[in-house]
Parts: sequence; structure tokens; C-alpha cells
Amino acid sequence: MKSITRSVALVATLLLGPFIWSADTIKVGVLHSLSGTMAISETTLKDTVLMMIDRQNEAGGLLGKKLEAVVVDPASDWPLFAEKARELLEKQQVDVVFGCWTSVSRKSVLPVFEELNGLLFYPVQYEGEESSKNVFYTGAAPNQQAIPAVDYLMNDIEVKRWVLAGTDYVYPRTTNKILEAYLKANGVADEDIMINYTPFGHSDWQTIVSDIKKFGSAGKKTAVVSTVNGDANVPFYKELGNQGVSAEDIPVVAFSLGEEELSGFDTGPLVGHLAAWNYFMSVDAEINDEFIDAWLEFIDDDDRVTNDPMEAHYIGFNMWVEAVNKAGTTDATAVQDAIIGVTVPNLSGGMATMMPNHHITKPVLIGEIQADGQFDIVWETPGTVVGDAWTDHLEGSRDITADWMKPLACGNYNVKTGTCSGQNYE
Amino acid sequence: MKVAARSSTRIEFGRWVRSCLVIVVAAGLVPCFGLEEKSALDASFQATVDLLKTRSFGEKAEAARAIAAHTHPRTLEVLTALLDAELYTERKTDRVVFANGLDGGGFNIRDAVTGEGLGQVGRRGAKKISVNNRLRGLLRGLIAGIRLDDKDPDDRIAAAEAIADGADSSMREVLDARLLVESDAKVIAAIETALVVFDLDANDETIRLRAIRASASNLDGRVREKLTGISNDPVASEAIQEAARETLESIEETVARYKTIETVFFGLSLGSVLVLAAIGLSITFGVMGVINMAHGELIMLGAYTTYVVQTLFPGALEYSLLIAVPAAFFVSGLVGIGIERGIFRFLYGRPLETLLASFGVSLVLQQAVKTIFTALNRPVATPQWMSGSFELLDGLSLTFNRLYILIFAGLIFAALVLVLQRTRLGLEVRAVTQNRAMARAMGIRSARVDALTFGLGAGIAGVAGVALSQLTNVGPYLGRGYIVDSFMVVVFGGVGNLWGTLVAGLSLGVANKFLEPYAGAVVAKVLVLVFIILFIQWRPRGLFPQKGRAAES
Repeated sequence: MKSITRSVALVATLLLGPFIWSADTIKVGVLHSLSGTMAISETTLKDTVLMMIDRQNEAGGLLGKKLEAVVVDPASDWPLFAEKARELLEKQQVDVVFGCWTSVSRKSVLPVFEELNGLLFYPVQYEGEESSKNVFYTGAAPNQQAIPAVDYLMNDIEVKRWVLAGTDYVYPRTTNKILEAYLKANGVADEDIMINYTPFGHSDWQTIVSDIKKFGSAGKKTAVVSTVNGDANVPFYKELGNQGVSAEDIPVVAFSLGEEELSGFDTGPLVGHLAAWNYFMSVDAEINDEFIDAWLEFIDDDDRVTNDPMEAHYIGFNMWVEAVNKAGTTDATAVQDAIIGVTVPNLSGGMATMMPNHHITKPVLIGEIQADGQFDIVWETPGTVVGDAWTDHLEGSRDITADWMKPLACGNYNVKTGTCSGQNYE
Repeated sequence: MKVAARSSTRIEFGRWVRSCLVIVVAAGLVPCFGLEEKSALDASFQATVDLLKTRSFGEKAEAARAIAAHTHPRTLEVLTALLDAELYTERKTDRVVFANGLDGGGFNIRDAVTGEGLGQVGRRGAKKISVNNRLRGLLRGLIAGIRLDDKDPDDRIAAAEAIADGADSSMREVLDARLLVESDAKVIAAIETALVVFDLDANDETIRLRAIRASASNLDGRVREKLTGISNDPVASEAIQEAARETLESIEETVARYKTIETVFFGLSLGSVLVLAAIGLSITFGVMGVINMAHGELIMLGAYTTYVVQTLFPGALEYSLLIAVPAAFFVSGLVGIGIERGIFRFLYGRPLETLLASFGVSLVLQQAVKTIFTALNRPVATPQWMSGSFELLDGLSLTFNRLYILIFAGLIFAALVLVLQRTRLGLEVRAVTQNRAMARAMGIRSARVDALTFGLGAGIAGVAGVALSQLTNVGPYLGRGYIVDSFMVVVFGGVGNLWGTLVAGLSLGVANKFLEPYAGAVVAKVLVLVFIILFIQWRPRGLFPQKGRAAES
């Protein structure tokens, strides 16, 4: 009899548990691929969010409630991202979502977040040309990564000839379009720009490297601006090394190569090549040391590294917490209003502010790859740079501005015609 | 750890005092002159080395020049350590130290001036003195400048070449100075060649003209860069510009000729990779008729075997590939036999089921690798003898890794042909493929032959994986990138014909590489695929179709 009572009680708790629990927790959705090709990069970001939630709970939670993570796996499948986003917002009723890596996954969930008025914090550098009421872009816009890197090469290394090499998809194509326009506006002639696209996972770089070598021996300092994606970089740098192209002759500056990617590389042939980010693990700041220690302890593996998108989540999470505290509620509209102007520390010893266009302020750092897979910072912007949603270097996008403050409250406002053309910019 | 560092300093200091005392006592009242003189040198070197403790790379370059000019015996060591990123500042005392990373994450440090051991510090106990590319080039030149006075003439030649590579105008004086005292004829020649690069910027017209003419045989990119600069330089005289233009033209001609040879080589090397990947499939698909979608994963297993071998024998990196080749053959071969015995033998004659089953196997193998090694790519190191390039002629160099893989593919192909033509197993394989029932009637155990043949094909795939680990990333999806190409080569070459696979692989590689400069990497691949589709329409059985009754049925 006793045991029956006990099991009834148990079943009742199990059934009612979630409802009782959900009443005094704040749900945080995590929308990162845990399987498929993107799992390599995105799993780390899921762990970062879980760590931030743990830390927040240890510090007493938020608005007197505990935070609860709801993790789903969109499996590197772009349509599945939209379904999982709907599940998080409609079924799980999460208050905020941290997620996505590739631009195509962000584009896939965008309509869902706008329809259901959710909040998405997107932590990866991207091609810009977008600003949604429901999305907060904590990664770099092109003017926070690509343009300063080109400026560094142009002014400090005195590069005169440019190879724009990229993987054949939307981010490199848009970025290179912006860079090409920017270079031409700075007086670089057509014949001094070489543009090259390769398929995903390209491994035979012989011809391209030989072409770059030839292109680079025309009497002017040459550099490669690489938007080559992920692991295709290894054979690319290997071939550069084998054909005798050193970082001192033709430096390669990469936009998608961070500490996490380097940890799977034989870094020998890469030493001296460059990368542009807003954060490096090697940044010399107390707050960074503290974050690295916390991360290594959380993940329980001393060999793990930290990287730029992790910092973006760190900033985004703290901004959201701050905005919720300011608004006194987790209601999406209230948070959207409260978060603009919120300022939190970044990991390089400075501050990050959420701007009215839903992008944040970031310092830009240029690092040289070292044999241990870390970066030595060789250049940085004197202050932080404000993210620009709509680039000033492309025709058509030049006149568009994003401002989510009232009275404008538009992510796509044409200053010439004075109209807000809705979300989809073409 | 900090305590350890401090106490060891004290011991070192104590030892110094004691040894000084011993000398003082031994020599009566004579003060320790030698040591004082040495410490004065140390002190001035210390002041110079301390200049490196700045954030500005310009100031660091100045400091490096000052160090190179110093007479202290440790100058070379300090500059080399700076170049190799082994020079740090100890955070606690802010002094410059040599640091060797420890496995645990800390450092073993030594004082940069005195060289005495300072014990160990933690991960954050020392901060690296960072260098950038420009500084790295300068350091290489400075080190070469010091080594120009080495005893070994070969070292001096290497140093002269390194200086020419650096083309740092401040090094010219060093070369001139050495030329005056140099006696070895070979070294003199090397220095003179190096000087030509500097003479291109000479003020004296005749020297400059001579240097320009002498550069005609120099295909180094920097020389071409300089010549292009001179030919467009409005300040230079007409004669100089003209000479530069002529020299450039002759260089361009040679380069264009070499470019064609290079493209053929690139094509053959791409082709050899295709042949390597496809040849195992050519046996299992071509000879046995099994559509094995897990072939790519067998290649992947071979690549992972290389990684495991390198992890097990970290000291034998140079030989790791030689060990990995047989190891990969056995690992993939055994897995292949396992798959054949466990799954495929129940499915002979049912191609669709085989295809689906093998696709399932490929997913299982991928997941197994992900579970054991994580989804991250594994770093496979390249041995020294496979790095760099082989200079066939001045200006025409072939990269070692591609060259070896080309040769390796040839050897594997030859071995396979020998096995099939000259051994008992080969005879049985051919017999079973031609007429299974008749072969069995003759007493051949066809089940055993099937297993061994499949094992052979899988083993060859594993060996291909070892080669690919040197060219591309070793990750769970390595095989996926090669499975389509492999089928393409086998079908194009003619199913069941090893020679067809060879010809098809090489010709597709060369065609791809000749198309690439015009069409780009993406479109070149598309064009090759379109060509194959059209070709298969015209000749459905490929380049070299099998003849005879068995093939017709």
C-alpha cells in the first residue's frame, strides 16, 4: 500500500514537475547543430551558452528565477533550423534563443523569429546587408573585420596587388563584392585584383597557388584575402608552404580561421599568416584569463581553446541579462527596447555596446598564426568599431540605414527616398 | 612553482659567489678580473636584450639589430630563440628568458643573458615576445649575417643565399665585408650571386646594367619583381629600362615553357590521387561487381591509421608513413573482409541491396570514427622529406609530396597488376570473375576468393588513405569527397580493367588541370563531369570495355 502511494506520488511529480518547474524558470533556447558538418564549430557554442547559464544561476539567477537551457539539434540541416526554431518558440516557450552559425541557417530561421516575435543572438561574423527587429548580431559585420584587415594590409604592409580567394557560397561572394568595391574606391586597378572561388572542401590547390605565385611576382607587394571556409584551409596553406610561398612574401589574411579550427591542423606551414577577428585567446586581459580558466574548468579538458564566436556569445548573453534586468521582464518587445544602449565588458578589456541597428561595438584585431596554434596580435584598432548593417561600399546598400529606436524603428530605411521597405532587401 | 624558480635563482647566485670566492682565495689577493669583465659584457648585453621588451615592432627591429651587432657569445642564441618564438619575458621579474613549453602547459625557463636555468613557471608565468613577418625576415637576415662567419663553408653558402632571399639592403655591407676575407671559391661564387640582387639597385649604371643582364637566368620571384619595377621606373635611364625589359622577356619565355610542364605535372599528380582512390574500387566494383559505397570510408580508415601510427610513435615521424602503409593495408583489409563476410556475401547478385547496405556501412564507419576520435579533424604531420619542393631546373620545381605520391601510385598499380597476373590468388580471382560456376567446378573455393579479393581492394583503399592524409584533412568525412570521383574514374576507364582505371584517372587529372586556369576550379570540375556523361552515352562500357562472353552477359 505504502509503495503504491509512493509511486503515485512519484508519477504525479513526474507529470506535474515540468509545469511547476517552468513557472519559476526562465527558458533559454540553444539552436546549434550538434551533428552534421557544422557540429565541429557549433557544439562549442552550445557548451559556451550552457556555461554562461551555469554561471548566471550560481550568481543567483535572473529576476529571482533560475535559468533553464533548452537544447535542440538542427543537425546542420537548414530547413530543420526553421522547424527547431518554431519548436523552441511555440512549444517550449523559450524567452531567448542563442544560435546559428552559417548565414543560410540564419536566413532560414529569420521568418520564424519575426512571425513569433522571438529574440535571436547570432554570434558569428557575417556578410551584413541585414537588420531584423528580432535578431541581435554579436558577430562582426564586414566593416568590423574585412575592411579593417584590408586597411592594415594597405597601410602597414603596403600591399598593392590583391588576391581575393574564397569558397563558393554566399558569405565569401558578398564579402568579396564589398572588398572589390572598397579596393577600387581606394585606387586599386582592375588588373591588380584576382578573384578566385573554389568548392567546399577543395583539396587540390596546385594550380591556384601557382597562379597566386605568378600573380605575386609582378613587382608589387601582394597579399591574399582568404574567405576560404574551414578545413579546405589546411591543404591550401600546405601547398603554399610546399611551393615556397612564405608569409613574408605573400601574406594570407583569413576571415574564417580561428583557434578552434587551428587545433585540428598541423600548424607548421601556417606560421606568420594572418587572421582578422575581434577576439583572440591570446588577448592579454585579466577578464580573458578568468574566462579561459572558467571555460577549461567547465569543459574539463585543458587542451580546449576559446575563440571569437564564443566571445560573441559571452557578450550577447550578458547583454541580454542586463536588458532583462533593466526591463524587469523577459517579454521580447520590452527586451528589444531595453537592450539598445546596454554596455557590457568584452573579453579584450574594453566595453561592447548594443547599437540601435542591433549590431555591437567591437575592437578589430589582426593576429599572426604561431606554431602552437595561437595568434600573436600584431595590430589593433585604437578603439572599438560600430558594426554597420548596410555597407557603405555597395551601390544600393549605401543609402540604407537601420535604426530600431522609435520613431524610426526600421531595419531597412532608405534615407534618399525616406521609405522603410520592410525586411527583405533586394 | 614560483618558489622553485626563486630558490634556484638563489642557488645559482650562491654558486657564483662561492666560485668567485674560491678564485679569490686561490689567487690570494688578486680580485676575480675575468668574472668582472664578463659581467660587464653581460650587463651591456642585458641592456640591449631588454630593448626587446616593447610592444612596438619597429623598436623591436632596432633592438634585434643592436643585439646582432653585440659581441656577446649569446647573440646568435637570442636571435634564433626570438625567431623560433622561444624568447619570453618572465611575468614576475620582467626579465627576458628562453622558454621551452612543458607538456603540462608551463615553461622551463633560462636567463637569456647568462643562460642559467631558472626552473619552471606556470602557463601564465611567462609572456612571449611576439614577432611579426617583417621582423621575422629581418631576423633571418641577421642570423645569416652572423653565420656568414661560420667555420663550415656550406653554412656560409647557405647564409649568403639566405641573405639574397631576404634582400634587406642593410645586409649588403656584411656580404661585402665577408667577400674581402673569404678564401673558399664556392662561397665567393655564392656571395657574388647574392650581390647581383643588391646590384639591381646600384647607383652606378654599368654595375646595374651588368646585374640586370646577369639576372636573365634567375627565375626567383623577387628578381622578377625588381626587374618589373626597374622597367617601369621613370627615374632610371632608357638603357637600363630597355635592358630590364629584355631580360624580363627572356625570363617570361622560360617561365611560360615551365608553366606547361608544371601544369602537366599538376594534372598527373591530381590523376595519381584519383587512380589511388579508384584502384581499390576498380577491384571490388570492377572485378567483383559490388557497388561499395563504403569505399571512401575504407580510405578514411587508412588515413586515421596514419594518425594512430604517428601518435603511437611520436619519435619516428620521419618513418611513420613507411609503418603506416602496411598497417593501413591490414586495418582496411581486415575491415573489408569483415564487411564482405558479414554483409555483402548474402547480397551477391542484388546490386540495389548491396548499394543500400554499403551506404549504411559507410555511415556506421563514420560514426565509429567520430565516437573514437571526435568529429574534429586530426592533425597528421608531414615528414621532413615530404615537405618543400624538388628543384628540377632553376625556376621549375615540383613539390615533394605530390612527386612521391605520383611515384607511390605507380608502384601500387604495378604491384596490383603483378598480383593479378602472376600469383595464384590473381589467377583464381580472374577465374571466378570470368565464370564462377566453372571455377567452382575446378575446385576453387569461390567464397574464400571473394573474401580475399574484397580484402585486397579494401586494403589498397587503406593505402590510398595514407597518401591522402598528406594532402588533405583527416576527418570523418574524408571518404565522402572521393567516392564520387572514384566511381567516375572506374566507369570512365571501363569496369573491371585496371589499365583503364590508370589511363582514365591520369587523363581526367590532366584535363582538369588544363581547364582550371581558364574556367576556374568549380567550372573545370563541372566540365569534366559533363564530358564523362556525354562519353558514357557514346561508349557505355568506358574506355577499355571487357570483352568476351562473361562481360556480355
